[in-house]
Amino acid sequence: MQNPFRSEAEAFRLLLGFIVAAALIVIGSRINVWLGVAVAVVEAVLVAWFILFRGRRERPIMQAPPPHPAGERRILVIANETVGGRALLSEIKQRSAGIRANVRVVTPALNSPVRHWTSDEDDARAAAQERLEQSLQTIRDAGIDATGEIGDGDPLQAIEDALRTFAPDELIISTHPEGRSHWLERGVVSGARERFALPVTHVVVDLEAEKTPSGF
Amino acid sequence: MGYDYPPPIHFSSRISPVIVGIFLFIGSEIMLFGSFFTVYFFDRVVNHIHPWPPHPYERPVFVAGVNTLILVTSSFTMHWATQSIKRGNRVGLQCGMVLTFLLGLTFLLTQVIEYHRIGFNTSNTSFAATFFGLTGLHGVHVFVGLTILLAITIRSFRGHFSPEHHHGVEVGGIYWHFVDVMWIIVYTTVYLL
Repeated sequence: MQNPFRSEAEAFRLLLGFIVAAALIVIGSRINVWLGVAVAVVEAVLVAWFILFRGRRERPIMQAPPPHPAGERRILVIANETVGGRALLSEIKQRSAGIRANVRVVTPALNSPVRHWTSDEDDARAAAQERLEQSLQTIRDAGIDATGEIGDGDPLQAIEDALRTFAPDELIISTHPEGRSHWLERGVVSGARERFALPVTHVVVDLEAEKTPSGF
Repeated sequence: MGYDYPPPIHFSSRISPVIVGIFLFIGSEIMLFGSFFTVYFFDRVVNHIHPWPPHPYERPVFVAGVNTLILVTSSFTMHWATQSIKRGNRVGLQCGMVLTFLLGLTFLLTQVIEYHRIGFNTSNTSFAATFFGLTGLHGVHVFVGLTILLAITIRSFRGHFSPEHHHGVEVGGIYWHFVDVMWIIVYTTVYLL
């Protein structure tokens, strides 16, 4: 969505637009009252369409993690259904090899819109907690120091929250493959690269392929 | 889970605080003016008063039209002032701000004089009450805007603004253009339609 009052210049252009719009409504209403009403309705629809769909998107604020004590590398992992995937575990192992790594796994509590708006998040959080605990156990079994938490249902918000409290050096986002991933469809990975000033690694976990014998 | 340091002030990056602030401001203004417009249209449409305005009231369309030109011109001078300081032209900023303030003051004084000459008062009919309510509410916004413009003008003569630091001019300009936008709506609705 575009903010029409972002700067003085944009507010001035908005004023000029209002003058033109008002003039058209007045001209229309002088011809016929209902023509004036129709012009006003059409203008309102056009403005709403432009602001919501066609306007220049607000650039997000670039977020940088705060500093943390030296001597360790902090890796933030964002994953939900793919949190137990072998491809993700392999990536974490590779990134933590030979260094003192501190891994924080954040699992967003994904919820339906209706349940989100009614604050009915208990089931979503419980499911995310179960997946997180299984995943943490797997990572710890691999000898990696890892902690975890349930995050906001919006993965980008969950990352930002963890950015503040964990101060990671790098970020790993785990998703399903293209075509099956809601996060990819919503541009979570590209959004994270645009919004967060730290290296972002995208790991694709194909759970179906991992279940089949050929996946091993 | 502990912190290694005091975390910095946190705000959601879903939407910046500046945008939240301006949206809240616009939302509150829409509700404020919207309530007055609702009363105005209720009175005009539901009561089926024809012709509008009811006899014997006359709206000062011509004077308000000239006043509209004055206010719109003040937006041009405000824009000139802002563009001037962005280019480092302090004289342009000072001239632009003085002109904007004087034009805004002219608008407000003309409005006050017109109130005295208009021949009806708030207690006469619902038309009169809504007329004064809408134009008066906008007048209050102009008064607030003039106060802001005066502060900017004084600061511009004291050399407080530069091409790098002119946030005060920018914000004041946004408010002034908003006041003009509201007047365009009020003038179109109350005087022309």
